[in-house]
Amino acid sequence: MGFVYTGLYIALALIVAGILSWLFRAALVTVMPRQTARALRTAPLTASFGMLTVLLYVLVALFAPLIAPFAEREVVGAQYLAWEAPYYLGTDALGRDMLTRLIYGARNTVGIAFATTALAFIVGSLLGLWAATVGGWVDQLLSRFVDALMAIPALIFSLLLLTIFGTSVLSLILVIAAVDATRVFRLARSVAQGIVVMDYIEAAKLRGEGMWRLITREILPNAMAPLVAEFGLRFCFVFLSISALSFLGLGIKPPTADWGSMVKENAALITFGDITPLLPAGAIAWLTVAVNFVVDWQLHRASGLKE
Amino acid sequence: MDKPVLLQIKGLQIDGRSGDTWSPIVKGVDLTLHKGEVLGLIGESGAGKSTLGLAAMGFVRDGCRISGGSIEFNGIDLINAPEADRHGLRGKRIAYVAQSAAASFNPAHRLFDQYAEMPVVHGVSTAAKAQADAIDLYAKMRLPYPDQIGFRYPHQVSGGQLQRAMTAMAMSCRPDLIIFDEPTTALDVTTQIEVLAAIRDIVAQFDTAAIYITHDLAVVAQMADRIKVLLKGAEVEEADTRTMLSAPRDDYTKSLWSVRNFARAVQPAAAGAPLVSVQNISAGYGTALVLDKVSFDIHKRRTVAVVGESGSGKSTAARVITGLLPPFSGQVLFDGKPLPASYKSRPRELLRQTQMIYQMADTALNPKLPLRDLIGRPAQMYLGLQGKALETRIRDLLNLIELDPDTYIDRLPSELSGGQKQRVGIARALAAEPQFIICDEVTSALDQIVAEGILRLLDKLQSEFDLAYMFITHDLATVKAIADDVVVMQYGMVVEQGPKAEMFSPPHAPYTELLLSSVPEMDPDWLSGLLADRASALPAKA
Amino acid sequence: MNAVYRMIGQRLLFGVLTLLIISIVIFGATELLPGDLARALLGQSATPETLAALREQLGLNEPAYIRYFNWLGAALQGDFGVSMANKRPIADLISSRLGNTLFLALYAAAMSVPLSLLLGVLAALWRNSLFDRTANALALSAISFPEFFVAYILVFWLAQAGFFPSMSNVNATTGFAERLYLCFLPALTLTLVVTAHMMRMTRAAIINLMAQPYIEMARLKGMSPLRVILRHALPNALAPIINVVALNLAYLITGVVVVEVVFVYPGLGQLMVDAVSNRDIAVVQAIALIFAAAYVLLNLLADVLSTLSNPRLLHAR
Repeated sequence: MGFVYTGLYIALALIVAGILSWLFRAALVTVMPRQTARALRTAPLTASFGMLTVLLYVLVALFAPLIAPFAEREVVGAQYLAWEAPYYLGTDALGRDMLTRLIYGARNTVGIAFATTALAFIVGSLLGLWAATVGGWVDQLLSRFVDALMAIPALIFSLLLLTIFGTSVLSLILVIAAVDATRVFRLARSVAQGIVVMDYIEAAKLRGEGMWRLITREILPNAMAPLVAEFGLRFCFVFLSISALSFLGLGIKPPTADWGSMVKENAALITFGDITPLLPAGAIAWLTVAVNFVVDWQLHRASGLKE
Repeated sequence: MDKPVLLQIKGLQIDGRSGDTWSPIVKGVDLTLHKGEVLGLIGESGAGKSTLGLAAMGFVRDGCRISGGSIEFNGIDLINAPEADRHGLRGKRIAYVAQSAAASFNPAHRLFDQYAEMPVVHGVSTAAKAQADAIDLYAKMRLPYPDQIGFRYPHQVSGGQLQRAMTAMAMSCRPDLIIFDEPTTALDVTTQIEVLAAIRDIVAQFDTAAIYITHDLAVVAQMADRIKVLLKGAEVEEADTRTMLSAPRDDYTKSLWSVRNFARAVQPAAAGAPLVSVQNISAGYGTALVLDKVSFDIHKRRTVAVVGESGSGKSTAARVITGLLPPFSGQVLFDGKPLPASYKSRPRELLRQTQMIYQMADTALNPKLPLRDLIGRPAQMYLGLQGKALETRIRDLLNLIELDPDTYIDRLPSELSGGQKQRVGIARALAAEPQFIICDEVTSALDQIVAEGILRLLDKLQSEFDLAYMFITHDLATVKAIADDVVVMQYGMVVEQGPKAEMFSPPHAPYTELLLSSVPEMDPDWLSGLLADRASALPAKA
Repeated sequence: MNAVYRMIGQRLLFGVLTLLIISIVIFGATELLPGDLARALLGQSATPETLAALREQLGLNEPAYIRYFNWLGAALQGDFGVSMANKRPIADLISSRLGNTLFLALYAAAMSVPLSLLLGVLAALWRNSLFDRTANALALSAISFPEFFVAYILVFWLAQAGFFPSMSNVNATTGFAERLYLCFLPALTLTLVVTAHMMRMTRAAIINLMAQPYIEMARLKGMSPLRVILRHALPNALAPIINVVALNLAYLITGVVVVEVVFVYPGLGQLMVDAVSNRDIAVVQAIALIFAAAYVLLNLLADVLSTLSNPRLLHAR
């Protein structure tokens, strides 16, 4: 019987999500400027669901102290209390309020993942565009170096670096950013290589344009669409990596509220049939699914426009 | 025509989707084809001729739909027949020969296997019988080593041979009808002749009906019994080939026929020192030699056409002159002074003097920049124009290329037609106020009427601004229209060069002769005559 | 054919070179430490005497390149040194666990590779159908889920009800059938994660080709949709598909880390996580080297296979 109820709940949740996404898209279309609105009108429901979710997460992260009923690290009761007011989602292994920690997790986990992605992205894409534009030995040197680093699996390389630099938040950000920058580099380089062979780049070179202008005015605007999509995908990847490391006890450490380590701390409950530890895991999954939906739509749109 | 009707299309309408809306591609076309008859479908890009050709097989591309009319093949309603019936007809009764054989053969399978696929799947023959048949047809198509060529993969066979192998494949089930969709457009002129002759023979031999789609009037004149002219998805007129060529009724047809009449006024002979002098250039990529001791001069106010087929090195010559490819040996003089080999070491003032116009305007214009920036940037960079002066200059340039500044100045390239884009490419070159412009196949991606407009514009600008042109092309008609001097290239060497009048009158170098005689003419008897001439000139082969 | 042998030879050489560079990176990473390894290990408790003793013990007084060659030479003979945490030889720690990890990865591969190829081909065949859309949305979700989420959902559904154990505590004496049963949930978790990715890429590799003129030609030759996909698209999509499969198999080997922890499975991943927490650098280096080698070898294999699948390379002009 449990399965039947679960199925019903899922169906109900999907319907509600669908309605909300539809409303959200309708609202966006009326609010946004005309050009954007036209693009939005063709967005599938999955994409508007994704955008709605991202907006929700950003709001929760920004206003966490206002929304959360308790303080982030405050012990408010006994351990593992049931889902009852005022602890709507119960308490964790140390008696801290689960809902509060989930809300603060949006700030910590997502914030750190975002900062890491941004860092990886700026470094990786600038180097990648530069390498493709200059070509020659600079490109060869950078590319072979990145190839060698990429031949080591990402998680393993991160673990190795974390062993050496220790598992503080700063080293976590730097290590993951460094590992991911290699992936961004490779994408940015290959996108730029497709653009560099175009006649308009040849024309700009023959005109005598400098490197900076070549990259910013001629190449970057044409590389924007795949790079933005890559940013979304990279964010998901970084977010999942950080969560995995935290889950393994090697990432963001308690008492900071973080979704990955919250799963780890409370995992024992699952074997007793309590789904509380699945909530932070679900929060991670929900956001990555949402971002992927938006990226998928953008990629689809970009490939459709090419034809 | 007393032969029975094979294909009957009535009031056919086909729509294509762009975004959410459907717009018509074929607008109510009628077509009747009798057994064993060859119908030429002619029109410019966007005329809907390929779509119509595919519809004759009951096939529409993804993103298109048939919205009205009827297609009847041998009494079978192709629109309403079950999908399985159409599968059964395609390849077996109606076959297709595509424009690019190199792309239309599956790279993963041998030619024999691809030949045998239709007879075997359609249950006409066995693999072994089909193979024997293929050898026979390959021989009929005059392919070399007909008993072995089928064991090769497509990438191991040349373009002209592949096109013949594809025609043989289309014949494999002895269909009633073959659709030829621009089968020789991607080939060099000297290769085209062989393919045209082979196609014509085999169609006649098996008494197969054909629809021959092309944009080249001279080609269709050789191949078709009747010609139908299409414009923007609608029929303009239809008549038998000789009538159509000698007495077209419609104005549009007449304009198509007259395109080839443009010719630049005869210029006085070249005098004084050349503006650009290419001296003994040898160049290539890696160790491969693409240019072998090439020399030619370009004088002020003159157009030098560099002619050759693919692989002749004509574009490489342009890359050496612009400095993109430093040569192994030799030098280029500009105004009597040697140019630095690489563009990187040329001062800005020298870069300004040489501008380039490209074949594909689509890739030559940054798609993210409006015309204002595309045209304005050289003026800003080289001439230091700013603000009001720059704006005025951009508007002047747009007027020069006959685009209304108020409408177009803020448009992106994607909002322009092919011909308009090419005009913007010209404006960008002019904005630098150069003395010398290299035109690399600037008209070959355009329809004839549009191309004609571009040639006229280039000619007008040349006299207005005293420009020297280097005009790279494979098309001898373009050479006739615009050149003052001609350089003929083959395998990286200059075969012959001189003023146009000399080049187009005998005696010719052997390769020039071959090139000139291979250009199709509007005379329906041209191909037969040429083949007869060549057969008598050559000793009979064993 | 000679060109192919030369190409494969080049790839092999390149693979060996990559492995060599990786070993340098893995070894050299310790040199990035501020101060040195001994100081980092001892931290606050360092006194000059303990530091000197530890340096002696670790051989830190030798120049780096000598230590590298000593380390690599020993590693090639299966000697990875001694764990700093429990002073046992690392080779002993690793040997039994390596087998367990490989077993789990192969188990998941045996389920996921055929399944994903089948689903990918079907999705391409019925593209834009309800099946395709559903499969795509599910696959996208499965890719987005953290592995521990998938794992715990399976535990919640399948282990709770008592179908399968939530802990996969195998040991050397566990029989094959028993092993399959105990490892089912971790293998299923991995299968769900990699199948989604492989299916999407298989579909994309095939659909990418559907706009090719030779596919239109095959349709115009009157071939059925299934035949168009199997005979005309698939052979040309082999190279990307092989690469995706290899990438995911490589991922299976390294991706086991999280899954092993969830199911308390005695594999290399568990060991590595413990070693990272203890900063037992020698163990981490050894396992990283093994994982990286497996990863490189799989990619190398894919490279060679996709070279062989390309008729342009196989049959030179």
